[in-house]
Amino acid sequence: MTVDPDTLLAILAMTVATVACRLVGLLLPAGMEWRGRLAAGLEAMPVAVLAAIVAPTLLATGWAETLAGSAVLLAAWRLPLTAVIVTGIVAAACFRALIA
Amino acid sequence: MTDTTTRRTSAASPVTEFREGVLTTLPAIAAAVPFAVLIGALAVDKGLSVVESGLMSALVFAGASQFVALDGWTLPAPWLTLGLTALVVNMRHGLMSVSLVRRLERFPRWAKPVVLFFMVDEIWAFAEARAERRPLTPAFYAGLVALFYPSWVAGTMAGAVLGGLLPDPKAYGLDFTFIAIFVFLVFTYRARPGFALTLVASSGAAVLVHLVWPGAWSIMAGALAGILAAAFGPRKAS
Repeated sequence: MTVDPDTLLAILAMTVATVACRLVGLLLPAGMEWRGRLAAGLEAMPVAVLAAIVAPTLLATGWAETLAGSAVLLAAWRLPLTAVIVTGIVAAACFRALIA
Repeated sequence: MTDTTTRRTSAASPVTEFREGVLTTLPAIAAAVPFAVLIGALAVDKGLSVVESGLMSALVFAGASQFVALDGWTLPAPWLTLGLTALVVNMRHGLMSVSLVRRLERFPRWAKPVVLFFMVDEIWAFAEARAERRPLTPAFYAGLVALFYPSWVAGTMAGAVLGGLLPDPKAYGLDFTFIAIFVFLVFTYRARPGFALTLVASSGAAVLVHLVWPGAWSIMAGALAGILAAAFGPRKAS
């Protein structure tokens, strides 16, 4: 149950890097007005970030992932979150077992 | 009559808000814990102690970067390389924080850095989705963190103790829990102007960069492409 100094230093370096990224928003002047193209870009941020996280898994990993992803897309169009999650897990497990 | 109406449209009681925050994260906790366990097992495999594994999850609190860093972990730990890895993998949080800060009008000044410390992908996405519908309150955000954060740290330590006894959650499709949550959240924005353009630009750029250069850059590239497409693409005059 010891803490190695090199490991601690590495964990702290990762912490500083991560926290620095997360605090970027505080650097903006308070009450800054978002208009025009700036506002349009900012409004798009949730979709842009989330799509960029999932797209490589869904489109460029393998057929099992792409097929399971299609099932998730169809489910997400109409169903509540829990049903979408169950669809995703079952589809991923089935397609991976079938294709592998 | 107008009195009750205004009261109802303003924020609910802090207790209700807190409870709603906790309940919102339950599916994400079910998804995250198997991965926290996996990270703990991986950390011990790379020579970290149980305490060190828990410390990493408590301080860094960013699953993807912990995975990537542990993958390249050697002893003694190369702190500069690992720090830079975390910087690249978590760069997207800079964009996310710019967006989330606008939603924090109801938060005291001192609380804003605390809010951002806990801003992992899931918590950010839930907070943004909430802010679309009603004002984001400190009680709701505290609820988002209250169970999610300790589950992540405890899951890591459990994994470190259990070590190699554990199966890979991917074999059971459990990694698709995150995919499902994120796809679902993307679709909650589908009525927005420019939704399709952002989606196509972001996914396309992320996939292209992923194919050329697998790793963390695809997220930044996709996010930036989506944002630029929305900012400079065709849109209705408003």
